Amino acid sequence: MAEPDQTTEESGGGDAGGPDVVAAGAGTAHGSDEIMIELQEVTKRYPGSNEDAIESLTLQVPKGEILVLVGPSGCGKSTALRLINRMIEPTSGHIIFDGEDVTTVDADHLRRRIGYVIQQIGLFPHRTIADNIATVPRLSGWDKQRTDARVDELLETVGMDPSMYRDRYPNELSGGQAQRIGVARALGADPLVMLMDEPFGAIDPITRDRLQNEFLRLQQELRKTIVFVTHDIDEAIKMGDRIAILGERSRIAQFDTPERILAAPANDFVEDFIGSGATLQGLSLERVRDVQLNTDYPVVRHDVGVTEAQRVLETSSEDWLLVLDDDDRPARWVTLDHLDRTDKRLIENGRKVTALAEPEDTLRDALEEMLLSNAGATVAIDGRGKYHGVIELETLMNVLQRMRREAKAHYARHAEPDTDDTSVDA
Amino acid sequence: MAIATATEDEAVASPTRAKVSDFLTRNAELVITPAALLLFGLGLALLLSNVELDFTETRQLNWDTTSRRIWETVELAAASTVLVLLIAIPAGILLTRPGVRKVTPAVLSSASIGQAIPAYGLFILFFAWMGQGFWTAVWALTVFSILPVLRNTMIGVEQVDAAVIEAGRGMGMTKLQALVRIELPLAVPVILAGVRTALVINVGMATLAFLVGGGGLGETIFSGIQLSRNLTVVVGAATVAILALGIDWIAAIAERVLRPKGLRGRTSPTDTANPI
Repeated sequence: MAEPDQTTEESGGGDAGGPDVVAAGAGTAHGSDEIMIELQEVTKRYPGSNEDAIESLTLQVPKGEILVLVGPSGCGKSTALRLINRMIEPTSGHIIFDGEDVTTVDADHLRRRIGYVIQQIGLFPHRTIADNIATVPRLSGWDKQRTDARVDELLETVGMDPSMYRDRYPNELSGGQAQRIGVARALGADPLVMLMDEPFGAIDPITRDRLQNEFLRLQQELRKTIVFVTHDIDEAIKMGDRIAILGERSRIAQFDTPERILAAPANDFVEDFIGSGATLQGLSLERVRDVQLNTDYPVVRHDVGVTEAQRVLETSSEDWLLVLDDDDRPARWVTLDHLDRTDKRLIENGRKVTALAEPEDTLRDALEEMLLSNAGATVAIDGRGKYHGVIELETLMNVLQRMRREAKAHYARHAEPDTDDTSVDA
Repeated sequence: MAIATATEDEAVASPTRAKVSDFLTRNAELVITPAALLLFGLGLALLLSNVELDFTETRQLNWDTTSRRIWETVELAAASTVLVLLIAIPAGILLTRPGVRKVTPAVLSSASIGQAIPAYGLFILFFAWMGQGFWTAVWALTVFSILPVLRNTMIGVEQVDAAVIEAGRGMGMTKLQALVRIELPLAVPVILAGVRTALVINVGMATLAFLVGGGGLGETIFSGIQLSRNLTVVVGAATVAILALGIDWIAAIAERVLRPKGLRGRTSPTDTANPI
């Protein structure tokens, strides 16, 4: 792995490192450049301790984005999250919320403007689902009619039938249902910002995956500004528009988009943390439609005849020939051996093509197909099943190299003194 | 099962009989207790009507005297329990607040002293301080039974899932709102269990109130002992037992009715309509 040269907290040395790293990550927004949440050198030291729990944390979250705080347990990521809605009061520093300094405003009122979801969910067991969801609207003094309408709307938003669940109690729900109600409750008074502390941490993997997808779909519509805490790098990559990898005392080890963090870990700590699966993870961020397919692969229509097929295969460097059916759909893989041994028609000869990838599939899917395929290649097809090109191992390696190159180039640009205003979207 | 899904309004309007029978099948012991007590009381009455009572016995066991003493016992137990509630519940809540936690062990151990002193001694102490009378007995009972309510209030408030409070505070409830809307309702079952204990202690211990001129069924028992009338002792003691068990039964019903809905745990998450 090439060591990218960039500013990092570790290599930058000393306290000055923190803000530099942030500057490198910020500015390259997907969405708007408007900053919704900003922490300015926020420090937390608990009374009686002579060490900071959070050391001068500076962060910016652009409007409508999901920022994931991820790090090993004990790095203070939950503490950092709880500083934002002042469940924990900072020792020093400033919290800016939608342009307003909220470091000293009434914390209870501030929290009513911020959705809050925790791992244990914390539904009120003695209150109905409707009452749970109505918590913040009622605290904010909404009238009954508006509150009731909002409750039903939110139940529908999270995919639960209002007439069925409104009057139930939390102990009648499964874990996944409870977590959905937790999210609905946090959305109660339509806050601009949501804080989520390992919201899917206590849920079985299959349901978690489903809830994550549902939540991302929801976020497409809602466009909330979200700070999301997890210890699971896979979840961070999946959920985050941006990721902040936190080390001890919540010092930012790297702050960037998932793509760039995977392609160019800032230092050994980040590399260790994202682990050996990082390359594969990187592949799952790219889609088949975005890659350069191999279109020089030996391909024939099934009706060209065996001799022509032999000729095509002999003139190419490949071992396998792809046979298409009447509709140009990939049908069979054949080798010279197959062609010599039998006089079956092309459409019946060789092996059936199983490894297919559609434009929306990720490269990781394509790789998995490839590993299972006879010919060691995945056939890319369009939405209607027509042959498009072939993905080989080489194709994937080119993509990985490109990702690394781009990340390096990005950091090289940002290492220059003038780092402002670079709206690069690779 | 239709009842479980009915809304509040429907449940009130629709047959309450079904609701009651549903309640009773879920709480069979609540039916058995009063039936047993009734049988026991009838047996006692039958015994008394069939035995030749002498003059002393008639004086102690006639209905007027007995009913007056039962009523006195109830009054003693009720007054002392109300005092316990007024003192122990606010104190118990206060002792769970972060700022006051330091003094909690001290308060708890002094409350334990109240229960550690033999009840007899406690009555004498209060007699020495307040002289004879109903209220002397009430205060002695109060001190004696304060611990279960105090301790259960504290436990009840402290056992509330921290995540639930965190969620409430995180959504912008003030400390007081979190206490009133979350912590106390969720502590109710545990607090009520303490109150029930205190109530039963008070009914039983009220038999000692006669020591300080507080009246009650203790007089029946004690005079039976003094005058060697075993029947009087047995009838007095049996009446106290029936009374204590009866009051405990009422408290048990109250406990179940007052327990917040949603904590009753009769429904399990067996929902299949929405499998997630």
